[in-house]
Amino acid sequence: MESTTPSPPSSPEAPKPRPVSRWPDRIFVGFVGIVGAGVLALALAIVAILVYSARSSFNRFGLAFLWGSTWNPQTEVFGVLPFVAGTLITSAIALLVAVPLALGSAIFITTQAPRFLRGPVGTAIELLAAVPSVIYGLWGIYVIHPLMESTVEPWLKQYLGWTGLFSGPAIGLDVLTAGLILAVMIVPTICAVSRDTLLAVPESQREAALSLGATSWETTRVSMLPYARSGIVGGVILGLGRALGETMAVTMVIGNIDKVPTSLLSPGQTIASLIANELLSSISSLQVAAILECGLVLLAISLLVNVAARVLVWRVSGGRVVGVGVL
Amino acid sequence: MKFDHHARRKLFSHAIAVVTGLCVIAVLYPLFSIIYTAVIKGGAVLFQAGFLTDVPPNACSIVACKTVGIGPDIEGTFILVGLAACIAIPVGVLAAIFATEYRTRGFGRAISFTADVLTGAPSIIMGAFIFGYFVLYDPTIVYSAITGALALSAIMIPIITRTAEEALRTVPEATREAALALGISKWKATLRITLITALPGVATGALLAVMRAAGEAAPLLFTALGSNLPFQGFNQPTAALPLLIYNFALSPYSNQEKVAWGATLFLLVAILIANVATRYMIHRLSRRYAGM
Repeated sequence: MESTTPSPPSSPEAPKPRPVSRWPDRIFVGFVGIVGAGVLALALAIVAILVYSARSSFNRFGLAFLWGSTWNPQTEVFGVLPFVAGTLITSAIALLVAVPLALGSAIFITTQAPRFLRGPVGTAIELLAAVPSVIYGLWGIYVIHPLMESTVEPWLKQYLGWTGLFSGPAIGLDVLTAGLILAVMIVPTICAVSRDTLLAVPESQREAALSLGATSWETTRVSMLPYARSGIVGGVILGLGRALGETMAVTMVIGNIDKVPTSLLSPGQTIASLIANELLSSISSLQVAAILECGLVLLAISLLVNVAARVLVWRVSGGRVVGVGVL
Repeated sequence: MKFDHHARRKLFSHAIAVVTGLCVIAVLYPLFSIIYTAVIKGGAVLFQAGFLTDVPPNACSIVACKTVGIGPDIEGTFILVGLAACIAIPVGVLAAIFATEYRTRGFGRAISFTADVLTGAPSIIMGAFIFGYFVLYDPTIVYSAITGALALSAIMIPIITRTAEEALRTVPEATREAALALGISKWKATLRITLITALPGVATGALLAVMRAAGEAAPLLFTALGSNLPFQGFNQPTAALPLLIYNFALSPYSNQEKVAWGATLFLLVAILIANVATRYMIHRLSRRYAGM
């Protein structure tokens, strides 16, 4: 074995060890650094290309685009408001329905279920996230649409019609149906992140409550939920982010009308469904630009929501992946 | 009185167990309903001779078209996803190596955070961005396998980066130090020791990304475009299963509707089996590594 100890400077005739070349290392760092920077570049390129492609719409409508409530390809008047409204309403319905169900499921899996059920139930819920969006859409058309049209919506009109939320004919292809399908799709996200943060609560935290004589639910409420709060909120916002950008299923059940929805039973359009529906059938280059500007609005909303969610989740996880099964 | 109070608390706790259990049933109902409906509506057509190899039917109402198949779409999905994986896996893994092994002044963390935010970006935006780029710079191949694969890889890269990072981070620091102490250079230690140790996790992440891409239709709507023909070349519109399902879902022709359900059953079974298999693999591997 050759020695790598440097020879003492007093004996100049001893051969110096060859220094290990640092170049392969530097080249490697440079290479992976460039690829890593590519991920940042991807994010920037998405924004830059959308901005550049939408420039004629910027020039034509300016900021008024953001609150313009007319979308008329014939007269070339475009405004994003109907789609922002559609996006926010469907996402709000989805959150209202999904959050209690997902939290209930997460609590069941972490604290209430018998041990042998926890793994399989958790996996089954995560499998919901693996089902492609377009399959939810097909299921929505053939299973949920008839159910909404014949049963749920007439019932809502009869008993809750006075609220004004359910005016208009019950057609089954509307923002309510789209919101419900979205709810099914975002449950796995909220549930998986909540479960992972609940599981991260230190055992001592639970034992302290149990030793004071708390029941199983009291332990959850007093010692686990407060501890996991910011992770759960992060999970809910992640779910919101998913709902905002979900495309295929929504496009298939929302009715595709380019107007601000007047009730939960009126057909509408989200930004994502607008892009899916009209980008290819655009009749002018201005319409393409306007659609891509809508895409930019969607990206802005979605980035805002996702950054907020990540900041919350990262505070809990320290930058580690939470809910890897539903990525 | 005291006893009553206690009994009430216990009762409430049990009630919560029941309510949360009902939540799980409500949440899982759609999964079973989707599988059930797909089997009922698509089961017969899936096992028809030639369904997995024939071309899809054109819009014809009754008996005129004989071929009822999804051959081009299966082929197209494999080509698009395969090509996308060839781009996304090296990029994602190398970016993850940079982010975890060379955390230089927050730059690595910035990459992690960006990748994490991008995993939440709407998939249709990835399609729109690729569409926008090619309309500007190379309109001849806007609708082609190349742009479809690029859009899918834009979806896969952030997922692979994040999961590979996570896998690399589980490699104990001592393993890296042991390798370096033996005198091999850092890049060799990273590729031959750290990456190999983390390989099961990296592969899992890549598989998750592949499955996600295989089911995506939104980014392909205006890139791969879809087609009724077998693969025609990388610069030509290309078929994909999710696109076929979307296009045939609202078809007034019952033969196309049937094909949509057959394709749904095929895609659903493939994705669910691959998913469960991947999970089983992680489980097995993590048990094996835990025993080390």
